[in-house]
Amino acid sequence: MTDTTAKSGDRSIWPRIRPFIDRVEAKLGLPPRQRSYSDQAEDERGQGASPFWVMVHKEIGDHIRSWRFGILIGIIVLACIGSIFSAVTAIRSGSASSPSSGDTFLFLQMFTLTSPSLAIPPFSSFLAWLGPLIGIALGFDAVNSERNKGTLGRLLSQPIYRDDFIIAKFISSLFLIAVVVFSLGFLIMGLGLFVIGYPPTPEEFLRVLLFLVIAVVYIGFWLNLSILFSIRFRQAATSALSSMAVWLFFAIFYSMITGLIDSVTAVSQTADVSAQISQMNLILTLNRLSPTYLFTETITTMLSPGVRSLGPLTMDQLVGAISSPLSLGQSLILVWPQLTGMIAETMVCFGISYYLFMRQEIRSRV
Amino acid sequence: MGTSVVTSIHAAQDQPAVQLVDLTKSYGDYTAVHQLNLNIHRGEIFGLLGPNGAGKTTTILMMLGLTEPSSGQARICGFDPARNALKVKRRVGYLPDDIGFYEDRTALDNLIYTARLNGISIDEAKSRAEILLEKTGIVEHMHKKVGAFSRGMRQRLGLADVLIKNPEVIILDEPTLGIDPEGVRELLQLISSLSRDQGLTVLLSSHHLHQVQQICDRVGLFVQGKLIACGDIQSLSNQLNDEGSINIEVGTAVWTEALQASIAQIEGVLDIYRNPDDKGNEEYDLATIVCDRDLTSQIAETIIRSHANLVYLRRKDYGLDDIYHRYFERKGAR
Repeated sequence: MTDTTAKSGDRSIWPRIRPFIDRVEAKLGLPPRQRSYSDQAEDERGQGASPFWVMVHKEIGDHIRSWRFGILIGIIVLACIGSIFSAVTAIRSGSASSPSSGDTFLFLQMFTLTSPSLAIPPFSSFLAWLGPLIGIALGFDAVNSERNKGTLGRLLSQPIYRDDFIIAKFISSLFLIAVVVFSLGFLIMGLGLFVIGYPPTPEEFLRVLLFLVIAVVYIGFWLNLSILFSIRFRQAATSALSSMAVWLFFAIFYSMITGLIDSVTAVSQTADVSAQISQMNLILTLNRLSPTYLFTETITTMLSPGVRSLGPLTMDQLVGAISSPLSLGQSLILVWPQLTGMIAETMVCFGISYYLFMRQEIRSRV
Repeated sequence: MGTSVVTSIHAAQDQPAVQLVDLTKSYGDYTAVHQLNLNIHRGEIFGLLGPNGAGKTTTILMMLGLTEPSSGQARICGFDPARNALKVKRRVGYLPDDIGFYEDRTALDNLIYTARLNGISIDEAKSRAEILLEKTGIVEHMHKKVGAFSRGMRQRLGLADVLIKNPEVIILDEPTLGIDPEGVRELLQLISSLSRDQGLTVLLSSHHLHQVQQICDRVGLFVQGKLIACGDIQSLSNQLNDEGSINIEVGTAVWTEALQASIAQIEGVLDIYRNPDDKGNEEYDLATIVCDRDLTSQIAETIIRSHANLVYLRRKDYGLDDIYHRYFERKGAR
């Protein structure tokens, strides 16, 4: 009795599960199981690389050859050189030494410090500003350009999984972003070593690495958002403008809006502590909805070990605190929620794109 | 599980290459494809004909598993595209109606990319691509960027792209669209010879009837989501011309009532009607005479005797164009 029910259940479920198992195996590179029943066409598979990596490979190639990528790299390298110059000028003029903290973390200031005489923001601000632009530029026409060129239909009629297509788009762009961010980061470290001749401590090095990883995650969010728009909107221009609009909204207007809310809901200076704190927390929570704010908080903590808290602190809490920089682990714990938030926002965008794309009809140029 | 696999293979050998059972696709209230039943045998060239918006492309997308049918089932080479899309796609080559390539890549690159997506190694892909470019006659443009290709060359490249995976079935959606007549002729010959050489099953969708007529073994007439007629051209022609009558088209310098009356008196003439639409030629009047047997010579004689100056005489066979028109005429009459 139980046996038969199990069998019939197996029969109805198996065809649905089967493809997933097959592809997990294919992804892991396991030898094809039970392929003996299938004919020659199946056996031919496995000679070449998996279609997923072929796509990733091709996407990376396309990006590297494109003008767009070249121009972006040009802008970012210029910005990077400008910020190093600014930071070095500032360090040389001696504004780096902050007497309050015992350890100055001079090397980290390569990324955060800026010369008061030159109006060039530091590298970390540059990344916060231009990072989204790289992400958007690499993703805004990922799907709709393929659709408009008529290559999407042709591509999806090849034996590839539909989700592999957008995952390949995402992975390839993210890979490029990581390469760019890391090479710029190391470039700055190298130049810093060269110019100021002061080697980083292992902790500083790790902090820089983490900062770069966080930057990749942050740019990855914008990349995902623009891919989402490229799936949703048929015109590349619409999707580019929408992504830019979101970016500008979070970069400029969002803080204005929260500022406005802050001034509206403001409690008087003489109100009791709990009212003041709850009001501040409200504004902080609103601010933290923005990935830009999360990123700023995160990198501030990572690059300035002196930052002890990202929320309001009362005088009571500060009593007895030793004024010293936080250790790397403590800084990491401090920004963990922010980091999780950024990753979660990225995942949400990806989930929506995935859902939209899997349900979309594939017609050439409609 | 094992047994079902085995039966499906055995079935695959004698099953038709394409088998559609009650395939239906609706978008809300609108039914794009309505209970389509169709079998296409292995090695056959099948033409799917219909006006724009008849549901041809939707049917093709369902056959590839790119769209899920609302109800009914498709089986391609024995596999259900809704469940085993990958197995179907591995065996089916699809040329979309508006094929696109990566414009800034060369023809060879585009082909190699497709081949590699099908799991073919680079070296093999390269040699296959060269053979196919040779076959489709664009081997000398192999290293040119596709952006510089003409429409006809793209279509040839598309054909090579479809064939590079060694498919069992190829589906061509409007392959002749936007190509000049000579190009169409060459392309169709190419398709036809490739199919004969490799025993490929070809499904061709088109609204250009006379083009498809040249190479198709069978055609299906597809209008508003329904297959209204299916068979080879001869049987379709008979099917629609069920009265068994013969149409003779005559053109005279002047068409008079007296002449019409005298022709009508010939035994076997069923009907005479003037073609008001065919006024394109101003030098003579055209009329179509419907008779129950071949009366061409009698009609000619009558016209000559009445000094009406016969300038044109043709016995009309039903081409696809006529089949098509007849269908719409009837539909309009209803």
